[in-house]
Amino acid sequence: MAELQYREALNQALAEEMERDANVFLMGEEVARYNGAYKVSQGLLDRFGSARVVDAPISELGFAGLGVGAAMVGLRPVIEMMTWNFAILAMDQIVNNAAKLRHMSGGQLRCPIVFRGPGGAGGRLSSQHSQALEANYVHFPGLKVLAPSTPADAKGLLKAAIRDDNPVIFIEGELLYGLKRDVPEGEHLIEIGKADVKRPGKDVTIVTWSRMLTAVVEPAAEALATQGIDAEVIDLRSLKPLDEETILKSVAKTNRLVVVEEGWPWCGVGASIADIVQKKAFDHLDAPVTRVTGLDINMNYAANLERATQPSVERTLAAVNEVLYRS
Amino acid sequence: MAIAVELPALSPTMKEGKITKWLKKEGDKVTSGTAIAEVETDKSNLEIEAYDDGVLLKILVPEGSSAPVGSPIAYIGKAGEKFDEAAAPAKPKAAEPAKTEEKKGDEPAPKAEEKKAEAPKAEAPAKAESPDGRLRASPLAKRIAAETGVDLSSVSGSGPNGRIVKRDVEQAKPGQSGGGAAVKSKAPVPTITRGERKKPDTLPISGMRKVIAQRLTEVKPGVPHFYLTVDLEMDQALKLREEAKALEQKVSVNDIVVKAVAMAVRRFPRINQQMDGEKLLQLHNVDVGVAVAIEDGLITPVVRDADQKGLAEIGAEVRELADRAKKKALKPDEYSGGSITVSNLGMYGIDEFIAVLNPPQAAILAIGAVTPKAVVRDGQIVIRNMMTATLSGDHRVIDGAVGAEYLKELRSLLEHPLRLLF
Repeated sequence: MAELQYREALNQALAEEMERDANVFLMGEEVARYNGAYKVSQGLLDRFGSARVVDAPISELGFAGLGVGAAMVGLRPVIEMMTWNFAILAMDQIVNNAAKLRHMSGGQLRCPIVFRGPGGAGGRLSSQHSQALEANYVHFPGLKVLAPSTPADAKGLLKAAIRDDNPVIFIEGELLYGLKRDVPEGEHLIEIGKADVKRPGKDVTIVTWSRMLTAVVEPAAEALATQGIDAEVIDLRSLKPLDEETILKSVAKTNRLVVVEEGWPWCGVGASIADIVQKKAFDHLDAPVTRVTGLDINMNYAANLERATQPSVERTLAAVNEVLYRS
Repeated sequence: MAIAVELPALSPTMKEGKITKWLKKEGDKVTSGTAIAEVETDKSNLEIEAYDDGVLLKILVPEGSSAPVGSPIAYIGKAGEKFDEAAAPAKPKAAEPAKTEEKKGDEPAPKAEEKKAEAPKAEAPAKAESPDGRLRASPLAKRIAAETGVDLSSVSGSGPNGRIVKRDVEQAKPGQSGGGAAVKSKAPVPTITRGERKKPDTLPISGMRKVIAQRLTEVKPGVPHFYLTVDLEMDQALKLREEAKALEQKVSVNDIVVKAVAMAVRRFPRINQQMDGEKLLQLHNVDVGVAVAIEDGLITPVVRDADQKGLAEIGAEVRELADRAKKKALKPDEYSGGSITVSNLGMYGIDEFIAVLNPPQAAILAIGAVTPKAVVRDGQIVIRNMMTATLSGDHRVIDGAVGAEYLKELRSLLEHPLRLLF
């Protein structure tokens, strides 16, 4: 085990996969000579050259389409979006081409492409740059959506995403790049579609992903432990495909579920989880599934209001108390 | 003109009835003879039928609410017809032959109750106690209730809007149904750690329990007593005492009786209920009072958690309490409360007697002397050391069958005292 930053783990994954497969290349704004806006591509230009680490102009729709075309003819592009906020400009290529080509060509075309970049709030970046947009992508058939929370998961899942023959939306946490944790040495792959029980428990299930794990759910679970409440924490890692089995098994044990997500409440990922659980675990529920989400407003610039907009440890504890009928 | 449907007297003793379920809703067509509602009376659950054809215009008594016999519970008339609620006859009417079909009318009431406990329905909105007549329970609570045989209508919910949740069902005992009482209790024996003083639970009082209490109080004012007597073979218990003596442990018959009385209460907690004014309480600790004769009267110091104490400890405690009782040095909390009392006049050579209840307890045991008697065993007359015990019960709280089950438990413990170890 080596202790690595989240960005270093991603860098290792990219380098290992580019080493392993000559068809893998990286393209995006500032990824080559500047070594990436968040330094994820540090050293890759020097190591793999300008044919495989390509600086793109500020034209998200353009280079997303270029990537889709490259994937159609057999390459394995990794397209970096400087943030997922900017990928909104590339939605047509992602949704109408990447997600649909395999289906529309009757399986004659494949689109093995990874779109990756940071999502979620950064810290006083205001409304246009502080969005957790994963709910947009899980909506479309044809896309896989991953959102790892730790360096080890980031590495294992990015490697799996690059090897996958389908388009993968890979959402990193903008505030996670500096997070340092152990990463297994050597070849480290994680199967797409498998959640990880980050903390086993018996009293309440808390489902989360990405930055909410370390920022909110882990501290909340520790606080609960001091009160004698044993929370089971499930990190989804993969939002689509979703590991229903792990969630349902946990709810069957704890009888109560809280979902903590950074995104907005309407049609959020947690809303679909609540739907699945009420349908498939109805007789196991002792309380309504309860969600802790970002507030249904645009992000504020002021730091205090920004904090108030996002899910917090306090709101999570309140939700857990609610489903446990504690006052 | 709209016609008021009055609550009929469904049994000679019925004074009021609880609407457990409306079988028709407002706006439904009814014809003479159709069942329109289910009513819980002091004896059983019965259906009320319409006497007239028309439309059920208005329900006056919601599900879960009670009404006196003769009062209007609904209106039947032509669709859209106006009716005058104020003009409705409100005075109770004399009992008239009710046009009903008795569903369980011939069975003795306790048996009907037992049946109900054996085959509970998880979804039983008819028996809901919430103001709108709906029973609110989490899906999980309903499933556990169905699996364990808990009657949800007798469980009070601790969740929002009185929702019954997992912990409520788990605290309820299978077969629990108000004070109407499933007689049989093969429920897992509830545990309590020694030294823990658990607050009593308030139980819902069923319509039948209420009527039993009310009617028996009319006949026997104060606390209506009933009595059950058993002859117990004490040879094994005496042997235990001899063996203890050989080990230089001083154990009296009374100590063994106190211990057995306590353990029988633990195993049959239905006896550990009592009336507190209008409330019916389920106690959790097993505290046994021991009647002690003193200079100008008697007093009953209480051995707390006697079910969890060994014979030597019980013996020492009883002697110490009795000593201080004789010196009038007991503190009030040492002689108040308690689950049950043991009154032993065996040392005076009394064979059997009847004890008066020690309120608020619902049971007291009168213990006579252990004397050799000729008894029949396997068709032979043999000599056995017999002891007569008479249980007096508070009939508002417990019935004969409950007392009998308790004595059966007590008999098994005293006649096979090895069981006291388990």
